[in-house]
Amino acid sequence: MTAPFVILAVVTIGGAVAAMTLRKLVHCALALAVCFVGLAGLYLDLNAQFVGLVQVLVYVGAVVILIVFAILLTRHDELPAQTNRTRVAGLGVSAVVFALLAWAVTAGGAQMGAAVAAPEAAMKDIGGALMQKYVLPLEVVGLLLTAALIGAVVIAMEEKKKAR
Amino acid sequence: MTQGLDQIFVTFQHWAVAHSPAAVQPAVSIVLPVAGILILFPSLFAITTVLERKGLARIQNRYGPNRVGPYGWLQPVADAVKSLTKEDIVPRTADKLVHFLAPVLLVTVVFLEYAVIPVGRNMVLADMNSGVLFFFAAGAATEMSVFMAGWSSRNKYSLLGAMRAVAQMISYEAPLILSSIAVVMAAGSLSTVTIVEKQAGYSGFWPHWYVLTPWGLAGFVLFAIAMTAESNRSPFDLPEGESEIIAGYFTEYSGFKFALFFLGEYLEMFAVSGMAVTLFLGGWAAPFSFLTWIPSWIWFLGKVMTLIAVFIWVRGTLPRLRMDQLMNFAWKFMLPMTLMVIFSAGLWKFLPSGVLRWLICAAPIALLYVVLGRVLQSERRIEKRVYRYAE
Repeated sequence: MTAPFVILAVVTIGGAVAAMTLRKLVHCALALAVCFVGLAGLYLDLNAQFVGLVQVLVYVGAVVILIVFAILLTRHDELPAQTNRTRVAGLGVSAVVFALLAWAVTAGGAQMGAAVAAPEAAMKDIGGALMQKYVLPLEVVGLLLTAALIGAVVIAMEEKKKAR
Repeated sequence: MTQGLDQIFVTFQHWAVAHSPAAVQPAVSIVLPVAGILILFPSLFAITTVLERKGLARIQNRYGPNRVGPYGWLQPVADAVKSLTKEDIVPRTADKLVHFLAPVLLVTVVFLEYAVIPVGRNMVLADMNSGVLFFFAAGAATEMSVFMAGWSSRNKYSLLGAMRAVAQMISYEAPLILSSIAVVMAAGSLSTVTIVEKQAGYSGFWPHWYVLTPWGLAGFVLFAIAMTAESNRSPFDLPEGESEIIAGYFTEYSGFKFALFFLGEYLEMFAVSGMAVTLFLGGWAAPFSFLTWIPSWIWFLGKVMTLIAVFIWVRGTLPRLRMDQLMNFAWKFMLPMTLMVIFSAGLWKFLPSGVLRWLICAAPIALLYVVLGRVLQSERRIEKRVYRYAE
C-alpha cells in the first residue's frame, strides 16, 4: 500500500460515494467524474498508461459530458422523491455482485502469480494487437457502434417530424 | 557557444540540481521545469493580450491600447492590478463550490497539457510513451470546467453558452484527434519527443516536416481549424458570442476568476499551437539547415507565436459562424476530410518516394475536397429568410 494508491483509492471511493448520496443530479455527475479520474490515476499508478488515459478521454471527456447533457436537456428542477422501497432487494443484488467479483478476484489472483514487470513499449504492443490480432473484433465493435449511432439519429429525426 | 545557448536552460537545471542538498535533488529537478512553464507561458499570455489588442485595433483602423507605459506595453500590468482588486461577485443563487472550482479546474488542466510539449532540444517535462494521448485526455477535461462554470452560475445565458461550448468542443475534438492520428501513423509513436525526432534532418536545406507532405499539409490545415474551435476562438466563439449571449459561460464571473478564465483560454491556445507545431511543423527544429545555429527554444516559441499571429489575424477578419453552420462544417466537411487524410498518410507510408507519390497522395484529398464542396453547396438553398418567432 503506497501513498499514491491510498490517495487515489480515497478519491475514487469518495467520488463514488458522493455520486450515490448527493441530492442534485449534476453534482452526482461531477462526483462521478471525480471517481473516474481516480480510477484513471489508479491505472496510471499501475503503469497502464493507455488504459488510464483512455479512461479520462472516454469517461470524463465523453460519458460524463453525455450524462450532463442528458440531465440538462431533460431538466426537472424539483428533486425526485427517493423512495428506496426496494432496499432489501438492492442489498441482496449488490451482495451477490460483490461476492461474485470477490470470488473472481481471489480465485484469479492465485493463477496470476507474481506481478509481471511493466513492458517498456506497452503502447506499441497494444496498437499492434488491436490492428493485427484483434482487428476483426475491433471492426465489428466499430460497426455496431456506428449502427447504434445511426439508429439513435433516425429515432430522433422521426420525433422531429411529428412535432411539426 | 551555440550549443551552450541551445542547452542553457537544461544546463541551468543540471547545475541547480548538483548544487542542492541530496535530499531535495529529485524535487528540485522536477520543480524547476514546472516553474519554467509556470513563468514562461503566463508571461507570453501577458504579451499576447497587448499584441492581440493592438493587432485587432490596426485591422479595425484604430490605435488600440497606447496609454499605459511606452506604446501601451504595460497594459497587462494595469489589467492584472485591475482584475486583482476588483470585487469578486458570486450570484446569490449560484452553486458556490462549483462556481469556485470551474476556473481553477480549467487553469489546472490546461497547465497539465504543457507536460508533454517539447519546448526545445531535451526540454520536455515528461517524455511519455503516450504523450499525444495524454494531451488530448487532459484537454477533454476542459469541457467539464466550461460546463461547471455555465451550470453553476444559474444564468440562462451562461447555461446556453456552456451548452454551445460543450457541443462545439465535442464536435471538433473528433477532427482534431483524427488529423493528429495521421502524424502518429507516420511517426509510429505517440510520444511527442519521438514525433519531433522523426521530423529531424534535412534534404539539402529543406526540412522533413510533416506539413511538407500532401497529407501533412491538409492535416495541418484541418488541425488548425479544429484547434481554433477547441480553444473557442473567433470565428468559432459562439460560446462567448457577446452580441448574442453576453459572454456565455463566464457571464457571472468577475475579478480574478474572470482573469483565470481569460488566462485558461489563452493558455489553451498556446498549448494547442504548441501541439500543432510539434505534430506538423517539426517542433523545435530550424526550418532550414543553415539556421540550426539559432537555439531550439527560440524556434519553438517563434513558431507558436506565428500561429498565434494567424489566430489574431483570423479573429480580426472572419465573422462568427452560426450554430448549424458550425455543426455542419464539423460533421459533413471536417470529419470526411480527416478520414481521407489518414488514408493518404497510409498510402504515403507504403509508396516509394518521388514526384509520383506526391501526386498519388494529394489526389484523393483534392478530389474529396472538390466533391464535398460541390455536394454541400448544392444542398444549400439560398432563399428569402423566414423568421419563425420574430414576425
